[in-house]
Amino acid sequence: MMSFISYLVNGISLGSIYALIALGYTMVYGIAKMLNFAHGDIIMVGGFTIFTAMSTAWCPVWLSVIIGIVVCTVLGIVIEKVAYKPLRSAPPLAVLITAIGVSYLLQNIALLIFGSASQSFTSVVKNVAPVTIGGVTISMETIISIVVSLIIMVCLTLFINKTKAGKAMLAVSEDKGAAQLMGINVNATISLTFAIGSALAGVASVLLCSSYPQISPYTGSMPGIKAFVAAVFGGIGSIPGAMIGGILLGVIENLSKAYISSQLSDAIVFLVLIVVLIVKPTGIMGKKINEKV
Amino acid sequence: MKFSKKILAFSLAACMTVPFLAGCSSKDTTTDNSTADAASTADSGDFTGTLVIGGIGPVTGGAAVYGNAVKNGIQLAVDEINAAGGVNGIKLELNFQDDEHNEEKAVNAYNTLKDKDMKLLIGTVTSNPCIAVAAETVKDNMFQLTPSGSAVDCVANDNAFRVCFNDPNQGVASAQYIAQNNVASKVAVIYDSSDVYSTGIYEKFAAEAANQNIDVVAAEAFTSDSKTDFSVQIQKVQESGAELLFLPIYYQEAALILQQASKAGLNVKYFGCDGLDGLIDQLGDDVAIAEGVMLLTPFAADAKDEKTVAFTTAYKNAYNNEVPIQFAADGYDAVYAVKAAMEKAGITDASISASDLCDALKVAMTEITVEGVTGTITWTADGEPTKDPKAMEIVVTENEDGTKTGSYAAL
Repeated sequence: MMSFISYLVNGISLGSIYALIALGYTMVYGIAKMLNFAHGDIIMVGGFTIFTAMSTAWCPVWLSVIIGIVVCTVLGIVIEKVAYKPLRSAPPLAVLITAIGVSYLLQNIALLIFGSASQSFTSVVKNVAPVTIGGVTISMETIISIVVSLIIMVCLTLFINKTKAGKAMLAVSEDKGAAQLMGINVNATISLTFAIGSALAGVASVLLCSSYPQISPYTGSMPGIKAFVAAVFGGIGSIPGAMIGGILLGVIENLSKAYISSQLSDAIVFLVLIVVLIVKPTGIMGKKINEKV
Repeated sequence: MKFSKKILAFSLAACMTVPFLAGCSSKDTTTDNSTADAASTADSGDFTGTLVIGGIGPVTGGAAVYGNAVKNGIQLAVDEINAAGGVNGIKLELNFQDDEHNEEKAVNAYNTLKDKDMKLLIGTVTSNPCIAVAAETVKDNMFQLTPSGSAVDCVANDNAFRVCFNDPNQGVASAQYIAQNNVASKVAVIYDSSDVYSTGIYEKFAAEAANQNIDVVAAEAFTSDSKTDFSVQIQKVQESGAELLFLPIYYQEAALILQQASKAGLNVKYFGCDGLDGLIDQLGDDVAIAEGVMLLTPFAADAKDEKTVAFTTAYKNAYNNEVPIQFAADGYDAVYAVKAAMEKAGITDASISASDLCDALKVAMTEITVEGVTGTITWTADGEPTKDPKAMEIVVTENEDGTKTGSYAAL
C-alpha cells in the first residue's frame, strides 16, 4: 500500500509537469486553432536561460527564474509575430509545418551555442530535504511541481472566466470573425495567448529541469510530445482537460511501469489514449462542436 | 508563352551541358590535387606517400563526449606517429566525420570518406551506427577497426576488428568480478531496453550471475523515450532488497538515477561498465553522491603506469588540459594497432588499394601484440581483442573551498 501511494505521488508529480506544458498547447490550440510544436523547445530555451543566469555569480535563484520566464514570454510573442502571424489565413497544414520548422530552428541554435552534451542543472530548491509523510518520502521538487501546477490552473481558469482579456480569448476561440465585429482586437488577443502559453513553458522549464537536473538541446522535445498527448487526452482546447489529461498520463505511465512492465509503459499510455479517443473522440473534457454548414 | 518556352529550352540545354562541364572541371581539379600532393610530399622529403585514415563518430549530439574523445585520441596518435617518421615511411592523415550517433548519417559519412580516398576506417565510435557501417565496409572489403563499438555485431564480418571489450564480455566480467570479490550477492539491474549496448551487457550479466550464485532480485528497464523519470525503477530496486545496483548504461541516465536514488534514500552500492565513464563531469556539484561507484573499464587516466602517464600528459597538453576518458585511449590504441599491423604486413606503398590493404591487414591483425594504454592486446580472427579488464572506483575528495572533486582509483 505504501509503495502504491509512493508510485501515485511520483506519477502525479510527473503528470503535473506534463499538465503545465499541456496547458500551453491547449490554450494556443483553443484560440489560434494551431498546434504549436515549438512549445517543447521554448521550455528548453527557458531551461538554458535559467542555467546560464544561475551560473553567473551575481544572479540569485529567484531572479534567474524570473529572467527565464520573461525570456520565454518574449520568445513566444516573437515566434508568433515572425513565424505564425503571416500565415494566419494559410491552410492549417502550412502553419503546422512552420511550427515544426521553428522547433528544429530552436534546437539547432541551442546546439550551436551550448553544444550537444547534456549539462548538469542545479535544482532551484537544492539543499531542501525531502519530506516524509507516513513512510512515503516525497522530494521538495515533487511538492512544488504539484502545488505550482494547481495554483496556475486555478489562476488561469479565473483569468479566462472573470477578466475582460480572458473573455476576449473565449470569444476569439469561438468565432474569430464575430469577435472582430464586436470590437475585439484579434491579433492582440492571439499575441496574449502566446505570451501566457510561453510563460507557462518558462515555469514548466524550472520544474522540469529541477526535477530531472540535466539540460540539453533535446530536453524539451519528449516532454513536449507527451504533453501534446496529454492535451489531446484531456480534450484539446479545454484547460481543466489539459490538467486532468496531464496528471492521468503521468499516473498511468508510472503505475504501468510499476505493475505491468517498465519497458511497455509508453505503449500502455498510448493504448489508453487510443481507447479513450475511440470512446470519446473529443477527449475526456472536450466539447462536441457541431459544424455549421 | 513562347518566351517561357524559350527559357525552358535554354535551361534544359544548360542542364545537359553542365554535367560535361562539371566532368571536365572535376577532372582538372583532381590532377591539380595530385600534383599538389606530390609536391608536398616532395617538400617534406621523408615520407613516401600519404595514407588517409577515415574516422566516424558522434562529434555533436547526445553521445558527443565519446566521439570527441575518440577523435582526439586518434589525432594524438597520428601526430606522434608522423613526428616519428610515419609507418614504413608513409604519412598518416586523419579525416574524421560526424555521425551524431545516427545510423543513416554514419553511412553517409562513410560514403563521403570513400570519396576522400580513405584507405581504412577507424570507427565508428558507437554500436548502432557501427553495425550499419559494418554492412557497407564488408561490401567494399574496407578494413575497419572500431575503437569502442562494443556490440557483438560490430565485428561480425572478417574485415572488422575492435579495440574495446564486447558487450557480453563486459557483462560476464562484471558478474565474475562481483562474485569473486564478494561485493554483493543480491543485485538489481536498471538497463536501457532500447539500446543494444545496454541490453547486450544485461543479458550476459544475468546469464553469468546464475553461474556465480548472484541473485538478480530486480531487473528494470527504461527506453530512450522515457529516460528522465526513474522514480518507479528506483523504488522497485529499493523494495527488492538489493545490495548492489548494476547499471550497464551510459553516464547521462546513470547521473539522473544516482541523483533520484539519493533523494529517494536508496542505500546500495553501484557497479557499471565503460558507459559510466564521464559520470563525474555529468554530476557537477552533486559529485559526492558518486562516491564509491565501481566500474569495469580497461583505462583510468590516473593510473600510475608509465604508458598511461605518458598518454595522459600528452593528451592534456594537446587538448586544453582535458583529462582523457577510456574512449580517447581506445582511439589512441586503434591507431597504434593499425601501425603495428601495417608494419607486420610490410605495407610500404601508400597508393595500395583499400581492398588489398584490407586483405593484408586482416591477416596481420591476428599476429600482432599491441602494448596499448588500454592493456596488452592481441586479436583473434573473429575480431575480438584479448586483454584484462580493470576495476575502478570513484573517489571524492573535498577541496579547500568546500567544493568536491571526483576521480577514478584502481581497485
